[in-house]
Amino acid sequence: MKVGIIQFPGTNCEYDTQYAFATLGCETQILWHKEESIPNGTDLVVVAGGFSYGDYLRSGAIAKMSPIMKALKIFAENGGKVLGICNGFQVLTETGLLPGALKRNEGLHFISRHHHLKVINNDNDFLRHCAVDQVVKIPIAHHDGNFYIDKDGLQSLYANNQVLLKYTDAQGNIDNPNGSVDSIAGICNKTKNVFGLMPHPERAMESLLGSNDGRAMLEGFIHA
Amino acid sequence: MKAIVNVFLKNGVLDSQGKAVQHALTHHGFETVQDVRVGKQIIIEIDESDAVAAKEKVAHMCEELLANTVIEDYEIEIQA
Repeated sequence: MKVGIIQFPGTNCEYDTQYAFATLGCETQILWHKEESIPNGTDLVVVAGGFSYGDYLRSGAIAKMSPIMKALKIFAENGGKVLGICNGFQVLTETGLLPGALKRNEGLHFISRHHHLKVINNDNDFLRHCAVDQVVKIPIAHHDGNFYIDKDGLQSLYANNQVLLKYTDAQGNIDNPNGSVDSIAGICNKTKNVFGLMPHPERAMESLLGSNDGRAMLEGFIHA
Repeated sequence: MKAIVNVFLKNGVLDSQGKAVQHALTHHGFETVQDVRVGKQIIIEIDESDAVAAKEKVAHMCEELLANTVIEDYEIEIQA
């Protein structure tokens, strides 16, 4: 399993992501944003978290103009798997690879803490090792995590089982930290090969550090 | 030629920053404040002689980068 991890100026979760996938036995490679192609044989490309271009203009907006994004679009259109975490999720919505947009948190604060999430759909690579309604604990760390989508878009997400995760409390009751529509924390595209979420599964790999719930999620991408 | 671009959240998309500013103003005694919207202004110097062509180009910039049309609207003013 070969994982490429995109690095923009301002990305800061690329090495955590590399550690997480290396721990799972994957071959990993950091891909600088000026690259114009995705290396042959790459199974999964992760758009890692951070503050690409200092979040100038809008989070993820300037990153979408980088040369590697054209290659990523083609990779995704050909069925390649893509995972956007936090700033990576923002980049994927800005690029149009995922629907909706991420606005400033409703309470205007940067939020950095562990949060519980409930699994909504697991008929996809990302969450196939998790059970529907399972509650996981994953760190969140964002200022612009307020997921917005219009009514028609939301209906279409539900109709196609594209809603992956919702913010909840430990019991699985809705607990919305940032004002996201329907408390949505993560989604995928219609063809279920592009995934995006605000929480950081790559930071939940060791129970010593508070949670290893991210392991089962990332392991879903690995097919023997 | 100069282009002034104003970008605001669309009507119906909650403007949390605008609401926070509105509350701060009313709590400071500006009781007649009814609504506040916070947006951004982008000023572009552009080497074009035709205002219509300039506006068209800037509109393209807005669609490509300056605004996220999922949540934002934009207005363009061209100054000679």
